[in-house]
Amino acid sequence: MTGGKVKTTVPKKKATSRQKKDWFAAYVFIAPVTIGLLVFYIWPFIQNVWFSFNDVNKFNVSTFVGLQNYIEMFQDKEVWRTFGNTLKYVIITVPVGLFLSICIAALMNSKIKGTSIYRTLYFLPSVTMAAAVSMVWKWIYNEKMGILNSAIRALGGEGHGWLTDPKTALYCIMIVGLWMTVGYNMIILLAGMQGISKSYYEAAAIDGAGPFAQFFKITIPMLSPTIFFVMITSIISGFQVFDVIYMMVGKTNPAYESTQTVVMLFYRKAFDYGYKGYAAAISIFIFAIIMLITVFQLIGQKKWVNYD
Amino acid sequence: MKNKANVRHFFVHLILLAGVGIMVFPFIWMVLTSFKSVGEAMQIPPTIFPKQFLTDAYAQIVSALPFARVYLNTIISTVVTTVVQVSFCSMAAYGFARIDFPFKNIIFVIILSVLMVPGQIFLIPQYLIIQKMGLLDTIPALFIPNLFSAFGTFLLRQFFMSLPKELEEAALLDGCNRFQIFGKIMLPLIKPGIVSLVIFTAKFAWNDFMWPLIVNTSPKMMTLGPALSTLQGQYTTKYPMQMAGAVMAVIPIIVLFFIFQKQFIEGVAQSGIKG
Repeated sequence: MTGGKVKTTVPKKKATSRQKKDWFAAYVFIAPVTIGLLVFYIWPFIQNVWFSFNDVNKFNVSTFVGLQNYIEMFQDKEVWRTFGNTLKYVIITVPVGLFLSICIAALMNSKIKGTSIYRTLYFLPSVTMAAAVSMVWKWIYNEKMGILNSAIRALGGEGHGWLTDPKTALYCIMIVGLWMTVGYNMIILLAGMQGISKSYYEAAAIDGAGPFAQFFKITIPMLSPTIFFVMITSIISGFQVFDVIYMMVGKTNPAYESTQTVVMLFYRKAFDYGYKGYAAAISIFIFAIIMLITVFQLIGQKKWVNYD
Repeated sequence: MKNKANVRHFFVHLILLAGVGIMVFPFIWMVLTSFKSVGEAMQIPPTIFPKQFLTDAYAQIVSALPFARVYLNTIISTVVTTVVQVSFCSMAAYGFARIDFPFKNIIFVIILSVLMVPGQIFLIPQYLIIQKMGLLDTIPALFIPNLFSAFGTFLLRQFFMSLPKELEEAALLDGCNRFQIFGKIMLPLIKPGIVSLVIFTAKFAWNDFMWPLIVNTSPKMMTLGPALSTLQGQYTTKYPMQMAGAVMAVIPIIVLFFIFQKQFIEGVAQSGIKG
């Protein structure tokens, strides 16, 4: 956040007419966004908290049930299973994604020709519709006719039901998730690397530091605020994957259980089965987890993030 | 010495090109499959290039779904969301960045708090509001909540705050009112910010999935994302048709991306530096 604090001066004396005009103008400027956010976001937030303490039936009539939704939720195996899947997704994709995007950014930063074409092509998957590219990946992973298994067979291997085997399905989804986000994160990291002053590298080179030493002793520490930013945003978006899983794993898929995330469960409960109170409690749970992780990160960053 | 650098560059290119292959292959495969016949697409071992470039899949998809209608819905929703959201955000951003008024900080903090919360929290009540307004399965349902954005307000506020104060003061002395200053002086100065937000919002609205999936369930009122899911469910084995749908869904954004790639990429690159 740049900018810092804004000073609001509300004078004790009567406001001048120019000030009053200014106030009026300001309220006109902020009215649409403020009212819209109040009606469609802030009020819904409060309502959602209230729903989580209610049983909301199909006709949207709610009865107060206290903590029952939460008690049920913590005993619900499905909640823990989907939470486990989500956690697995985040724990694997965040570090792997960071590693890959740092590596690609470092390669791009090495004074080679054609970087702008590379940037464009690596960025491409992140601008396209997740629902559409998921269909292609599903087709690539197809057990009988997919190009992946055909290639494996051509090399003498055996095909595999990538998306139907509960052991592999979630990993295949992770690959799609990484494919969509690596280029995006690479752009952010590359911008960070290009912001590091050349003089550090020149000084290090004089002292005899090779490219690897320079990378670990200069690039990584100087880049740590950007790495931190990418990490936080990746964790938050990782917790909310939906489109890809919805498109790639149907309800009849044998790998259904091992690929459903908390947000999928939230969607199913609220809009397929109509348990809106219970689903509201799940959404609060997701919120709490994300907040908790963010707070831990913010505390932890003091130890390793190097702001100067 | 020069030779050594050349060898190193050669390997760097080799690795990056392998990555490019992975990034681009799904798109190529999508296009190639969409021009095959159903029989050829399912052939084992597969052909890489279609024996004949057939456009049957594209013809079928237009008649199978109300595809033109779905396309139009997506365009309307994207355009309305982008135009209205960016207008509202730039107004509010100007108010918060450049004018002092009572309760400003409190209102701004409340708006920022929306940014901290994952979107699922709002979905159930938003759905119920749209339902109460009698708007389920209509075009306005697709865009109403997206007209208001805390993120956009915050982003543009940063741009407005970086402008010098003197500009406004001179204009105020000349007798301009706030609305003139906003429209004629300040807004043109934050054009890069507006462009970033337009790109971000249009991309988001076009690719949005969960919200349109929830509010609009009749095929005629869907947007492309959920319609593709229906297509996949109904024509499970007609891969050329599925791929034709996917191609049509990604083409507008890809075209926009190639035209405005500098703006797309710079907007993202800055997010890490500013954040």
